[in-house]
Amino acid sequence: MKEKSRPRLSKALTGISGLDEITLGGLPRGRPTLICGGAGCGKTLFGLEFLVRGATKFGEPGVCISFEESGHDLAMNVASLGFDLEKLQRTKKLVIDHIYIDKSEIAETGEYDLEGLFIRLDAAINSIGAKRVLLDTPEALFAGLSDVGVLRSELRRLFGWLKEKGVTAVITGERGVGTLTRHGLEEYVSDCVILLDHRVQNDAVTRRLRILKYRGSTHGTNEYPFLIDEHGISVLPVTSLGLTHGASKERISTGIAGLDDMLSGQGYFRGSSILATGAAGTGKTTMGAHFVDAACQRGESAILFAFEESPQQLIRNMRSIGLDLGRWVKKGLLHIEAARPTAFGLEMHLVRMHHLLAEYKANVVVIDPISALLPGGSAHDVHALVLRIVDFLKQSGATGFFTSVAVEDDMQSTALSISSLVDTWILLRNIEVNGERNRVLYVLKSRGMAHSNQIREFLLTPHGVQLRDVYLGPGGVLTGSARVAREAEERRELLRQRQSEKDRQLSVKVALRSLDAKIAELQAEKEARENQLIAAIGENEQQKAALLAERDSLRRSRGMIDSSGRSPRPNGRESKP
Amino acid sequence: MKPVKQTKAKTAKTKPTEPRYDLRLYVAGQTPRSLQALSNLKKICEEHLTGNYRVEIIDLLKKPQLAAGDQILAIPTLVRTLPKPARKIIGDLSNTERVLVGLDIRLLR
Repeated sequence: MKEKSRPRLSKALTGISGLDEITLGGLPRGRPTLICGGAGCGKTLFGLEFLVRGATKFGEPGVCISFEESGHDLAMNVASLGFDLEKLQRTKKLVIDHIYIDKSEIAETGEYDLEGLFIRLDAAINSIGAKRVLLDTPEALFAGLSDVGVLRSELRRLFGWLKEKGVTAVITGERGVGTLTRHGLEEYVSDCVILLDHRVQNDAVTRRLRILKYRGSTHGTNEYPFLIDEHGISVLPVTSLGLTHGASKERISTGIAGLDDMLSGQGYFRGSSILATGAAGTGKTTMGAHFVDAACQRGESAILFAFEESPQQLIRNMRSIGLDLGRWVKKGLLHIEAARPTAFGLEMHLVRMHHLLAEYKANVVVIDPISALLPGGSAHDVHALVLRIVDFLKQSGATGFFTSVAVEDDMQSTALSISSLVDTWILLRNIEVNGERNRVLYVLKSRGMAHSNQIREFLLTPHGVQLRDVYLGPGGVLTGSARVAREAEERRELLRQRQSEKDRQLSVKVALRSLDAKIAELQAEKEARENQLIAAIGENEQQKAALLAERDSLRRSRGMIDSSGRSPRPNGRESKP
Repeated sequence: MKPVKQTKAKTAKTKPTEPRYDLRLYVAGQTPRSLQALSNLKKICEEHLTGNYRVEIIDLLKKPQLAAGDQILAIPTLVRTLPKPARKIIGDLSNTERVLVGLDIRLLR
């Protein structure tokens, strides 16, 4: 409680992305800050962005006193960064005063002071109620005035006056030999000193920023890389990210059905890091492209950093396996960022990644190949960089897919020694057997999920990567034509089985049918016999009737019968019908 | 002390033509240094320019917006606007010789 009630140093946000995080809230309000650095390291731009952001974002008008460049030149220089100084001047948010001394037209005689500078500054500040001031760079005065003693005391007075005035001032100073600034401005400005640096390493330039001193405030003490691009300056607080990132349970497809199956049927974890290593031509880029394609199909945003191919080339090549990445680029879901790894320093790559990730809000990031960064610095530097990339992607919740070129006979170690950093490691190999070369892959590790232990052959088909079924031969997994032969054999076997099955069915059917025929035959015979029987009975009756008739006519002829036809019957049964 | 005011056309000898030397003295309030400069200037002008000059005294405390036009930084500053090209002399003008050289005035004697 006591801590909180204590008055704290008031700070003015710079609006420069990243800097306010490092300084924990900006530059000391109402105090001067010295920005020093060599030629071309971005001092003036730093100061101008401080003013422009103040005017546009924080409602704090600013005054720029330029001792070197005219207002017009300044406006031209920063127009490419989207800063419209002329408009700001028109809308009374910015005043630019160009102060210069031409030594050739000035003679000095007797005592003088720099009250004129104070008056001009004061008038400028009052005219728009400025809260921010940029002095760029007062050291130029040393070239115009010969009385260094006066100049020094006047500068000291100036910085004191600025403080009294309560404006937040940025003063730039060119770096001197052995000193921070050529004329020792740091002696007068002691509240906050920021050092800009412009370093060439392996032919690549990296800009770095370091807060040398910040009186009354804690601050990040490291060297931070920064970038000047069309958005102005961005500083990256990229070190010392704790392992505090969340862990998603969500799974996302690898884009390859067979590979999903190998990873317990669901693919990678969202937000995890995946490494695919393999020698040249094992299909690493293709795996990455599949992953990107799957992400875009889900409607997610993806960035592909291509260090070896141009976007057009990549799109063309992937089209040959049925992946149309071009449509995702057109839709704005995919951004392919192609650059030679040696185009910038390592830090610069990281900065650009930061930038693009923030710009496109990417869910999936593919770096192809991450090992291309290796020549950019010492092994230690590269390792640190990759660590930062991995950490940074995890922090932002993006799923990272890195490819890495590995030497064929040293598959289990990566040159970057990042294998322990990644969550899922897929190994791609070429197997040379029977005079051919076939691609196989296996999952070396995949944290937090059951995964297949099998070595699977995969084919690059016009419909993408396809994993083949596993055939084990006497010498291990069968690949290539051995597998094809085995597949054919299996098919033949299946066919044979099917044929014999058919045969068996047929023979039973034939037997049944013959039985049926036999049954029919017997039935017919039975009917014939029955008919015979009926016929025999009928004949018998007829004979009997004929016999009777005969007997009647005989009896009649003997006169034994009356005219009514009645005759005494030999037996009672017949006489009573 | 005499109040500093804009003094125009201090012509001693009557000549209707434009004075050859047009001078401006920039000061900031009545500091001893400003007054010193003013009195030094008067002396030099009267001795060496004898009427062929015009002096304008500008107090930047009253008209700060005028400072930018002549790129005034140091106080006091004497600007020779005519004859062209413009020349500037900063300081309290205590070294007459340097002032004369600075103003490019050839000594009459």
